[in-house]
Amino acid sequence: MPHTAIPLAATTAGGDLLVAAVMLPVVGILLSLLFGGRTVERLAMLILPLNLVIALLVFIDLWQSGEPLAYVVGGWTPPLGVALRADGLSAAMMVTTAAVACAIGVYARADFLTPAGVVEARSPFVFWPLLLGVCSAMNLVCIGGDLFTLYVAMELLTFAAVPMVSLDGRAETLKAALRYLLFAIAGSILYLLGITLLYGTYGTLDIARLSRLAQPDFATICTLALMTTGLLAKTALFPLHLWLPSAHAGAPAAASAALSALVVKGSFFLVIRLWFDVMPALPGSGGATILGVLGATAIIFGGIMALRQQRLKLLVAYSTVAQIGYLFLIFPLAWNAQSGRLESGAALAGGLLQVMAHATAKAGMFMAAGTIYAAFGHDRIAQLAGAGRALPISVLAFVCGGGTLVGLPFGGAFLAKSLLLESPVASEQWWWDWIMFAGSTLTSAYVIVVMTRTLTRARMSQAACASVPRYQQMTALVLALSSLLLGLAVFGVLGIIQIGRPDAAYVIAVAPRFFDVFSFAAILKAFNPVVLGTVLAIGHMWRERARAMAADAVACSGKRSPARLALLDQVDRALRQWPVGSTSLLFLTIAFGAAMFAAH
Amino acid sequence: MMSFTFDTAAALLIVAMGGWIVIVPDVTRAVIGFIVYGLMLTIVWVRLSAVDVALTEAAIGGGLTGMLLINAAGRLRSARPVLRTDAPVRFIAALLCAAVSVSLAAVIFMLPSPAPSLAPLAVENLQQTGLGNPVAAVLFAYRALDTLLEKVVLLLALLSVWSLATVGFWPGLPGLRPPALAGSTLDFLARHLPPYGIIFGVYMCWNGASEPGGAFQGGTVIAAMWLLVMIAGMRRVPSIDEAWLRRSLVAGPAIFVVIGFAGMMVAGSFLAYPPDHAKLLIVVIEVALTLSIAAVLGLLAAGPPVPESRP
Amino acid sequence: MSGEALFGLVGAAVIGIGLFGLVTNADALRKLLAFNVLSSGVFLFFGVVARRGAAAGLGGDPVPQALVITAIVVAFAATAMAIALLTRLFDRTGSATLGDSSTDEGGDA
Repeated sequence: MPHTAIPLAATTAGGDLLVAAVMLPVVGILLSLLFGGRTVERLAMLILPLNLVIALLVFIDLWQSGEPLAYVVGGWTPPLGVALRADGLSAAMMVTTAAVACAIGVYARADFLTPAGVVEARSPFVFWPLLLGVCSAMNLVCIGGDLFTLYVAMELLTFAAVPMVSLDGRAETLKAALRYLLFAIAGSILYLLGITLLYGTYGTLDIARLSRLAQPDFATICTLALMTTGLLAKTALFPLHLWLPSAHAGAPAAASAALSALVVKGSFFLVIRLWFDVMPALPGSGGATILGVLGATAIIFGGIMALRQQRLKLLVAYSTVAQIGYLFLIFPLAWNAQSGRLESGAALAGGLLQVMAHATAKAGMFMAAGTIYAAFGHDRIAQLAGAGRALPISVLAFVCGGGTLVGLPFGGAFLAKSLLLESPVASEQWWWDWIMFAGSTLTSAYVIVVMTRTLTRARMSQAACASVPRYQQMTALVLALSSLLLGLAVFGVLGIIQIGRPDAAYVIAVAPRFFDVFSFAAILKAFNPVVLGTVLAIGHMWRERARAMAADAVACSGKRSPARLALLDQVDRALRQWPVGSTSLLFLTIAFGAAMFAAH
Repeated sequence: MMSFTFDTAAALLIVAMGGWIVIVPDVTRAVIGFIVYGLMLTIVWVRLSAVDVALTEAAIGGGLTGMLLINAAGRLRSARPVLRTDAPVRFIAALLCAAVSVSLAAVIFMLPSPAPSLAPLAVENLQQTGLGNPVAAVLFAYRALDTLLEKVVLLLALLSVWSLATVGFWPGLPGLRPPALAGSTLDFLARHLPPYGIIFGVYMCWNGASEPGGAFQGGTVIAAMWLLVMIAGMRRVPSIDEAWLRRSLVAGPAIFVVIGFAGMMVAGSFLAYPPDHAKLLIVVIEVALTLSIAAVLGLLAAGPPVPESRP
Repeated sequence: MSGEALFGLVGAAVIGIGLFGLVTNADALRKLLAFNVLSSGVFLFFGVVARRGAAAGLGGDPVPQALVITAIVVAFAATAMAIALLTRLFDRTGSATLGDSSTDEGGDA
């Protein structure tokens, strides 16, 4: 595939699609507000598929022409004006987010339709425009070509995401939403501060120009440190994950799916843009390593915490914390010591694939958890016996989604892992492989725990189990299956990430050979974590039972012993206190700055 | 020399005020301090030759934000008292914040000189837009996409505030609590101020095309007048599903989008203006936007719908 | 020291003060207040950058000034949202803090 420099100042044919991608959901929001009532859901049902069509058209256009799309807004060329640019990475992200948003739209119909006999209801009136807002913002994040436009896109995303958390109006979700909002705007203001320094140094905020102008001086290093930390706060990378568990678990199921699958990826995509496109030579191996270490800690910590959860939605939320860690392993694995910069090659392709796999799998898992909650009235894992019989499709969806995240073939994560480990760094730094293995083991463990509990036969006759529309379960299953087959599906089109990458000189063959990746040995190896995970799961369930019996004995004897928390839970609670989390924010900024400074 | 003394005095006052706001124990005093702080910042913005920003800071940053915060401080007065953060955390945080401040201070002196600037480009292209105010040109011509999307951000914030309506009471009236008694200062102001305020707001919007001002500043003043009149009880608070309200909210961004798409067909690009009619189109956008901004800011300050309770 | 460098130092100081308030104040309203102080510092910083870019007969670079106007409006929207959440939380629970996360979901409860 030919490499071309991103056109600095030209609208390409097909650039109109980029405008449509951003503006169509915006028009939907305006019309929703204007007409209100039932029109709101009808508009959403119309616009979500159209959004997917536009994303597919962009993808096809890119694939066929091999050139990135660009659009100069208003005819004012950068640096004075703003440009929209779509490269291969953008197109892939756009298609993924549009597809997941469509699925969420179908799923949410059951919960967010205006009831008969009512002109306008609160939840539908608020939810559908917010979902459209998420779509528009995600599209703009993918194709925005100016750092301030990306700031506006991120604010759009945050303002669409926060109200989703508190939709049901309970006090806990209000608190979770407030915490999320405060932490997110703190992140945004750090990002804005970085923009300030960048403008002061270079006089432009256009990504293409900056990629040519950026030099490793003090101001630029401060900029990258500030912007990165701000974006990490919004992406909830450990130790800045204080807001995520309660926010994602407290939101209604459709909203949780949108939050975990889509919103969190927006700020992550910006980190990729900054580190790979704007300043690839700046971070130094120190900066990339810091991100890698944080990612690794997130994987282990999130995995263990997920295993320890009593509630299903919290388990899935902590699983998100862990999976976000996987995404940040891209950075140390893409670091090339010889050229001294981040290279866009197999590691980046692996990361993109991991994003796509996680988005679809996690949305499916949250949807499945949502149907279980709706049917049983609770989501306590220990008491989900009989769920397998009542909601077989949901449980299957959950297991498939979890299986993808473990890295089973032919899932997206399986291919992603093999791509990530293909990079030259991986052979030297063998520990990343072990960390991913540990993460997969923990993931298998908690998926197996859930599977065991739900497939257990219910002891008493089932209490009234509310019926859940079949199409909700099917949506969850479709998403989970698409995640499981993602590795197979995208195999041919992986080369798209090379479109528009400016480093034409360093071309890594991104397309691996099919039978090398899907070899028998590799497939067997993918099941290793499952074996170990089963052992872990059995051990965990045994310990839970022992603890429950001991607690029963204590209760029977009349004594009351104070509940003592395990060390890890104490650590988690300490980390999720606001002062600690926000101090970590400051600490990370300084740490990044110092590491990058040391590299130059 | 005189201006340097003034600058130094303003600088010291601002830092002192900022520190006081963060440290003083009583929230109400902190908020009042914040309003004064906002006004001092306005003066500093004028010293930095950014009059448009000064107007916006005075109107939105000090004015409306201050109003929201005072209202909140009053309502939260009976909240349970909170414990202070532990001393070790405070100490570490103070160190880290100091490190950040020092690095930023160092950066100021390391910025390149002469500073890179887009001012020449902005002035060059000003004639094409027909405007006299370069900041308005940046907002509505060069970077019109950002301004348009920012309006959408405001609407989403409003949706978020509305979503906090008490469950079961949709649609409702925003919970402004009109406490005014006849003959009070509030009543007096509400009777006499709005006509001047509205004229002032319209003037700021109209004049913003060639002089400092514009849709945001003018819209905020009109929103303030509307709020004043509602709080004094002279106009009833509208229910959030009223058609005229929804239309005013949407009018500004809708016209902006329509003109943008028209630009695609007539002038070759989304949000491009044909050179002869550029100023006219931009003024139309600004007027529509002023109305919408007034509506959205007023409603944001009015709060979520609450069950009606007549005293 | 020129005027704008002085205000730049003010901006840096205020940013530090705002960050400190955001991290250490336990009350959510105080956090919001500190956030507003922090934002004003960042905007001031941007204003200094604009002033340094004075050229072509203008007193300052209009692009950063326009960006600051946009950012002020966005910060106000965020404050309005936060206050609505905060007052609604207070109406329901009688407390106005984020609380430590141990009392709500995320632990074993």
